[in-house]
Amino acid sequence: MATTQATARRLPDRDQPRIPPRRTGSGAVRRRETAAGYIFLTPWLIGFAAITAVPMLYSLYLSFTNWDLISNAGQYVGFRNYVRMFTIDPTFWHSVRVTVTYAVVATPLKLALALGVALLLVRARRGASTARALFYLPSLLGSSVALALVWQSLFSRSGVVNEFLDWFGIHGKAWVNDPSYVLWTVVLLGAWQFGAPMVIFIAGLKQIPAELYEAASVDGAGAWRKFVSITLPGLSPVIFFNLVLETIHSFQIFTSAYIIGGGQGGPVDATLVYTLNLYLQGFGQSHIGYASALAWVFLFVIGALTVLIFSTGRFWVHYGDGSDR
Amino acid sequence: MATLTHGRPRPTTGPVRRHNRTATVLRATLIVVLLAIVLYPLLWLAASALKPDTEVASNLSLVPHNPTLHNFVAGWTGMKTVSFGRFFLNSAVIALGVVIANCASCLVTAYAFARLRFPLRGLWFAAMIGTLLLPSHVLIVPQFVLFKFLGWIDTPLPLIVPKLLATDAFFVFLMVQFIRGIPREMDEAANVDGCSPFGIFRHVIVPLARPALVTTAIFSFIWTWNDFFSQLIYLNSPDHYTVPIGLRLFINAEGLSSLGPMFAMSLLSLGPVFLFFIAFQRLLVEGINTTGIKG
Repeated sequence: MATTQATARRLPDRDQPRIPPRRTGSGAVRRRETAAGYIFLTPWLIGFAAITAVPMLYSLYLSFTNWDLISNAGQYVGFRNYVRMFTIDPTFWHSVRVTVTYAVVATPLKLALALGVALLLVRARRGASTARALFYLPSLLGSSVALALVWQSLFSRSGVVNEFLDWFGIHGKAWVNDPSYVLWTVVLLGAWQFGAPMVIFIAGLKQIPAELYEAASVDGAGAWRKFVSITLPGLSPVIFFNLVLETIHSFQIFTSAYIIGGGQGGPVDATLVYTLNLYLQGFGQSHIGYASALAWVFLFVIGALTVLIFSTGRFWVHYGDGSDR
Repeated sequence: MATLTHGRPRPTTGPVRRHNRTATVLRATLIVVLLAIVLYPLLWLAASALKPDTEVASNLSLVPHNPTLHNFVAGWTGMKTVSFGRFFLNSAVIALGVVIANCASCLVTAYAFARLRFPLRGLWFAAMIGTLLLPSHVLIVPQFVLFKFLGWIDTPLPLIVPKLLATDAFFVFLMVQFIRGIPREMDEAANVDGCSPFGIFRHVIVPLARPALVTTAIFSFIWTWNDFFSQLIYLNSPDHYTVPIGLRLFINAEGLSSLGPMFAMSLLSLGPVFLFFIAFQRLLVEGINTTGIKG
């Protein structure tokens, strides 16, 4: 598979299918190909219409109603859901705050760990691929309910973390029961899964030409100087790629917050992330009109965020082929 | 082996080399310490599953003093009406269904996008890419209403049938990229031999796309096995629970007697994914390199 750089450097939506024009083609051949194309595309077209497009429009409609899932009734209420969200409902702003706090801390922390360990491993000689695989393991397992349950135990009052802190005479708190700390345990669970971006960083580091480092050494550059002037710019497309994916990823956090927060975003709503609020509104209280409005705001924010990251990318992402797209 | 590709030129003089060796030892030590920290929660889980009630709660140790399998028995049969085996069966059925559905539907779709020319292809491709970054939470409410209308709630159908319709855009994209890498001359040769687009798909694309199918199968399985959000929404009677939904019953487990079984079942729940990791380690790690797949 040689798609590494193609995907790492260019994000998918810039990638249009390119098929070289065929030399000739009689009308009949072309018609046959059109027919075949649509036959092969049929499952996707049905899925796109029935599972994605129509539900999206329906959800837009629902967001202007006060539809209730249980009574299966409701009526058009105009923008009332959106007004309530932004001006009346304190839970909405609270969940936004929790989610942003999570994303703003967990994403850079995870990427910093990933880059740091990648820098360590890329120079390692023996056992590097084993170490790489083992660091990657939490990325496969960490999003499961099982690990969230483990985390809850590790950080409980009589948990292992506190026992460890006791060795140093530090008296730990009941981290997962304390509203001011519980979110940080969720952050740590997210950051623990740094293996996936790390593997991508390692691949990126190997692409940086060795001559650049040699030339810099000849010019008397120190390790830090080389890191700042060669490694970071050379790695910027990969950093960009990881940043986009991880940011979007962290805004969608659900499982760990649900489990560690005891299913209700507790204690005192400290883990009530956006998706959890949406879930509780829609499926806990069956206010699917309001939940649909929440979903559309969420979609809008994620979209805006992606656009924002892409637009800043221009200033700090350097592509090796000299085209600073 | 992943070794120096951009290291400094190897020094040959004495003091510099000694400095370098110290750095190497330091680096190796740091890697080992970090690995120990990162792997500790997993090892601790494994140990705790084997510890008797009295040892579990706050025990840093990775070695159970009196190892016992009691927790596995208690966890497996702990629910009133249904055993954990049922949850495993349900999870396996759903995961295998998704694997088959994704492999078939995404390959068919990808072939159309990558190889066939037809009107509006660009538009449909853009639409497919557009769904790539669409958070599943956005569609969950209207989809729930749809599946409720169809009477599919509390069955595995809402979790499997959409995959038959190539709704996992990520895998479609992955396969489009892969098929583009297959030389077009193969198609043309088959065409000369009288193959229709269907024949080309059958005789050229399907056999050659096997690596992409394997990647799709593995990640479909792992993601479905770990999935919590959609299973939480669609499955609501214990008979239909999957492993993550079954495990959820342990949250807020305070009593020592339920911690042990909780760890035992948690450990078992990681089993299939862990086995995949052991069996396909290289492919998984390389896979995220080539595709940017997240774990």
